[in-house]
Amino acid sequence: MSLAHPLEKYIRKGTLPHTFCAGCGDGMIAQSFLRAVDELGLDFKKMVFLSGIGCSGWIPSPLFDADTLHAPHGRAIAYATGIKLFKPELKVVVFVGDGDALGIGGNHLIHAARRNIGMLVVCVNNMTYGMTGGQAGPTTPRGMATITTPYGNLERGFDSCELVKAAGADYVARWTAFHMRQLTNSFKKALGKKGFAFIEVVSQCPTHLMRPMGFKRPSEMLLWLRDNSIPIEKASKLPKEGLEGKIIIGEYADLDRPELSEAYAELIRRAGAR
Amino acid sequence: MPTKMFLQGNEACAYGALAAGCRFFAFYPITPASEIAYVMAREMPKRGGICIQMEDEIASLASAIGASWAGAKAMTATSGPGFSLMQEGIGYASMTETPCVIVDVERAGPSTGTPALPMQGDVYQSRRGSHGEYPIIVLAPNSAQEMFDLTIEAFNLSEAYRTPVVVLSDALIGHLREEVVMPEGSEIKLVNRRTPEPGSGRVRAFLDEDVAPMPIFGTGHSAHVTGSTHDEYGMREVSDPKYVHKVVVSLRNKIQKRAKDIAKVEMEALEGSELALVSFGSVSRSASHVVKILRSRGTRVGSIRLITLWPFPDEAIERAAKEVPKLLVLENNLGQVVNEVERAARGRAEVAFLPPATVASIHSPDFLMRRIEELMKK
Repeated sequence: MSLAHPLEKYIRKGTLPHTFCAGCGDGMIAQSFLRAVDELGLDFKKMVFLSGIGCSGWIPSPLFDADTLHAPHGRAIAYATGIKLFKPELKVVVFVGDGDALGIGGNHLIHAARRNIGMLVVCVNNMTYGMTGGQAGPTTPRGMATITTPYGNLERGFDSCELVKAAGADYVARWTAFHMRQLTNSFKKALGKKGFAFIEVVSQCPTHLMRPMGFKRPSEMLLWLRDNSIPIEKASKLPKEGLEGKIIIGEYADLDRPELSEAYAELIRRAGAR
Repeated sequence: MPTKMFLQGNEACAYGALAAGCRFFAFYPITPASEIAYVMAREMPKRGGICIQMEDEIASLASAIGASWAGAKAMTATSGPGFSLMQEGIGYASMTETPCVIVDVERAGPSTGTPALPMQGDVYQSRRGSHGEYPIIVLAPNSAQEMFDLTIEAFNLSEAYRTPVVVLSDALIGHLREEVVMPEGSEIKLVNRRTPEPGSGRVRAFLDEDVAPMPIFGTGHSAHVTGSTHDEYGMREVSDPKYVHKVVVSLRNKIQKRAKDIAKVEMEALEGSELALVSFGSVSRSASHVVKILRSRGTRVGSIRLITLWPFPDEAIERAAKEVPKLLVLENNLGQVVNEVERAARGRAEVAFLPPATVASIHSPDFLMRRIEELMKK
C-alpha cells in the first residue's frame, strides 16, 4: 500500500512544505481544487495555471506540477486570455486574491467575463491584502479596522459575484473555506464549462485578521464563515436588511452562452484560413 | 514574385508582422498606431491567427506574452501613452525571456501630448522604461519599406534571443505612404525560437547566456514562469543576492555579448568628411537629403544612421569618431541619443547636438543646411 497522499501526483517536486500560513484557507482550497481535477480525471499536462500576486498566487505556483505562469499583480487574467485564445485546447485556470482580481485587476476581470472567454478564475477573498501585511482592500467590509483603516473602513466592499455575473460570465459561484465539499463540486462544474467561470471562496486570514475580527483561533474564523453564510436560495426570500454583512453562498449564474475562443475559431473558418 | 504595394508605414508594419509569422496581435486603439490594427483585424483570421482588441494597453501586451508562452509569435502596437502602460509587461517579458514585439509609433509628449505629430521622445523610455535592470532591443525604421523589413527583423531577433523587441517609429513614418516591396514568403529569412523536445519534462529554460530552449505551454514540460528572481528552472529564489546577480547579469550578457551582431548602422560618405550627421528614424530622411545636397556642393559631410538604438552601436560610433572629427546629432527631441553618441565616441570626435527648429515638426533641409554650414565654418 502506498503511503503517498492521493493528490501528491499533482504537486511539483521540491515545493513542499508550502508557503501558506498556519490556519490559512489556501491549502484547503488547493486540496479541494485538486480533488475536483482528480475526480474529473483531467490531464494535468493540458492545463495551464496562472497566478496573481498575493497569498492565493501560491496555490498553483509553484505547487502544481503543470505549466504555471506567475503574472504581475492584477494581470493574470489578461495573460490567460492570450494563452486561451491561441491554444483553446488548453484548460486555463487562474488563481487570484481579492485585491488582485477586484483592485488592480478589476478591469481585466470584468472584460474577461464580458468576453465569456473559457477560463476558470478562482478568487480567494480573505477580505484583506494578506501578503503585504493586512491592509484594507476592495472587499474589506465597511467598518472593519485594519492596519490602514485604524478607525474602521469607510468604504463598502465589492460583491464580486454580482459584479462578474452582471459583466456576463457563464458560471458564477461563491463558497467559503468552510464549504469544502460544495466547493469541490462547484470546481468540477466550473471546469466543465465552456465559457468564463468565476468562483469566489471567502477565506480566513489568521495572520492578519484574527485579532481585528476578535478571534483567538483560526478554527473560530471557519465557524464564523459557517455561521455568517446564507444559501442564495434562502437569501432570495429574506428581506434585504437581514442580509447585511452576510456571505451569500451558492451559484449566482449557470449559463451556456457563446464562448470567445470558439467564436474566434469559427471566424477563422469563415475567413477561409489556409 | 515580390509584391509591390503603396502602403502607409503602419500598414507595412502589419504586413511585415504577418510575413514574419505573427499569429497573435493584441491592441488598444490609439493614434497614430491604429492602422496596424486595421490590417491585422482583416488579415489575421485569414491566416488562422488571432487579433484582439483588449481592454487597455497593459492587457494588450499581457495577452501577447501569454500567447507567446502558448507558442505564438506575438505582437502589440501602440503610441506613447500606451507604451508607458506597457512598461510593466516589457519588464516581465525581459525577466521571463518571452519573445514578443512591441511597436511604438511615437507621438509628441509628455502625457497625452499631441497624437498626430511626430516626435522622438521615447528613446530613453524604450530602453529603461520599466523598473530594474534589464536588456532590450530597439529598432528605428525610417521608411514604409523599413516598417516592413524591420518588423520582420524584430521578430527574428525576438525569437533568436527570447527577448522583447521594440520597433520605435513615429507618426511621420507610421502615416507616410510609400511603395513597399514585399518579397515572396520563401525568400524572407525567418527565425523561430528553439523549443525542447515535446514531453521531455522539466527543462533548464532560463538564464542561459546562449539562450535556452523555450518550453511551450501544453507540450509537457511543467514550465514555471515567474517575474520573480529565479533559477535556471524558473523556480523562485528571492532571498539570496547571488540569484539577483545571476538573473540580472545573465539576462544582460545574453544580449550584450552579441551587441556587435545586433547593432546596425548605415554609414554614408564618411570617408574624408569633416562632419557627420548622426540621426535615426524619421529625422534621418532629412539628414540623408541634406548630405546629398551638401556633398554635391563640395561640402565634406557624411551621415551615420542608427538602425538599432539599443543595444547602442558603440563600436560603430567609436570607429566613425576616429575618422570624422565632428559628429552632429539630429533628433526630434531635446537630446536623448546625443548622450549615447558622446559616450560611445569616447572623446575621439567633437559631439554636438542640433535641436530641432520646432519640436514635433519635420526637420527642414534649409534649416539644417544653414546650421551645418555655420558649424563647419567655426
